[in-house]
Amino acid sequence: MKLDDQLFRRESGRIVSALTRIFGVHNLGLAEDVVQDAFCRAVELWKERGIPENPSAWLMATAKNRAIDRVRRERRARRFAPEVGRLLDTEWTLSPLIDEAFDAHTIRDAELRMMFSCCDPALSEDAQLALILNILCGFRANEIAGAFLTARSAIEKRISRAKKQLAQCQNLFDLGTAEFESRLSTVRRALYLLFNEGYHGASAESAVRVELCDQALRLTLLLGEYPPAATPSTHALAALMCLDAARLPARIDSAGELSALVDQDRSRWNARLLAEGLALLERSAAGEAVSPYHVEAAIAAVHASARTIEETDWRSIVSLYDRLMTIQPSPVVALNRGIAIGQCEGAERGLKELRAIADRDRLANYPFYPAALGELELRLGHFEAARKHFGAALGLARNGTEQRFLEKRLRSCAAPIKAE
Amino acid sequence: MSEFVYLFRATQAAQHEAMGTPERAQKSMQAWLAWIRDLEAKGHLKEPGQPLAGEGKVVRGKSRSVTDGPYAEAKDLVLGFIVIEARDLAEAAELSKGCPMLEGGGSVEIRPVAKLPA
Repeated sequence: MKLDDQLFRRESGRIVSALTRIFGVHNLGLAEDVVQDAFCRAVELWKERGIPENPSAWLMATAKNRAIDRVRRERRARRFAPEVGRLLDTEWTLSPLIDEAFDAHTIRDAELRMMFSCCDPALSEDAQLALILNILCGFRANEIAGAFLTARSAIEKRISRAKKQLAQCQNLFDLGTAEFESRLSTVRRALYLLFNEGYHGASAESAVRVELCDQALRLTLLLGEYPPAATPSTHALAALMCLDAARLPARIDSAGELSALVDQDRSRWNARLLAEGLALLERSAAGEAVSPYHVEAAIAAVHASARTIEETDWRSIVSLYDRLMTIQPSPVVALNRGIAIGQCEGAERGLKELRAIADRDRLANYPFYPAALGELELRLGHFEAARKHFGAALGLARNGTEQRFLEKRLRSCAAPIKAE
Repeated sequence: MSEFVYLFRATQAAQHEAMGTPERAQKSMQAWLAWIRDLEAKGHLKEPGQPLAGEGKVVRGKSRSVTDGPYAEAKDLVLGFIVIEARDLAEAAELSKGCPMLEGGGSVEIRPVAKLPA
């Protein structure tokens, strides 16, 4: 990614949020125009004169000036955010108001409020994720389409419909309302899904996936900096992301291929993120409540504290999955629990668990269900059965990376037969 | 409720004092923003008005003589106006006391909007 793109990713969400706070959500398009415009100017100028010492500050100053110009030109025809009243309508307050909007504290608040606005419960989770990526993370429609393996036109439609829904409320979400608590859990859920999309998702490009994980973590940490949102569940979610993200470099090997937990080069785990995750997990233990994020973070912590796969405390992992099954049962949780049982009680027991998963028809399109069956059959020396399962998994692969991974597994079932 | 115009005035020295450096200007603008925001929040801001630039011209009398001004004669300049709503002149005067320009020695002239005879 070029510097421009990185800068755009980092700054556009902050500036769009800052401007939307005062322009009003119904003028989100105007805020986006201003950012786009400021960015085009920057790129043009920097081509000639080189990149300035502090490109973020430069971009923000340009966006401020562009915002003032646009407001002057359009204030007769527009109504801005009800919460700023008519303060944009007069030169008395126009420029101090824009200045204030770009104050570090105000930007952070605006970004949080935008996050809460994007998680409007009237929107589907898919739409919430698309909005977060588009508005707060500066992803363009084609990039979101790439991340979700969806047609670009479908994403464009999803985003524009969702923005219409957002515009019904002209002010950004008010963090002081009674709805804060319930919206906070929707926000966490969306960030969790965003992270998972990066970690387990369908996109073939590892750079895209790392980027999704990074963005989800960035926004979760932002949430954790705001005291009313800094609850044990939020810390647990951040811990989970850190502990998983720490292992991401090893999950995708140096050739860009998926690597099973058994084969991972643990020296490639990110020590800083591991430490941060463990510290966050400790902070998350402050309250009484145990959220699914707590349990998932605890599982990640068990994995992360084992130096080798053999050292992994599978028994703890199984009991954590048991707990997760009682507070948030799902076929994927059951699948992971079955795999863990296979690790500590043998492949036979693992297979029994996997075959008994209650809603396993919901895993019908998930390649890692047949892949897990194949793994356990292989361990029992049932090459024929293993081959059949890996073959089924291969048929469900969602991208080239998964395909190559499963082909490799399939070849490993064939090897002993050749040897005969 | 009645309408009142606030006319803000200050000498050039007072203006320089308030806006002379970027830091002071920023502080003055923030104080101004806070005051106007408060008037608006309490429902007193009828028209947000506009500030006026220092330069200008004055056209006078039958001869339509044009002079640069108004600063040539005035020791303090009108810096701008807003229109507020208040119960009576006394309340309008009370509300004006929060004006940050007063800190720098400026003045607020409070004038009821006249209702001309039909």
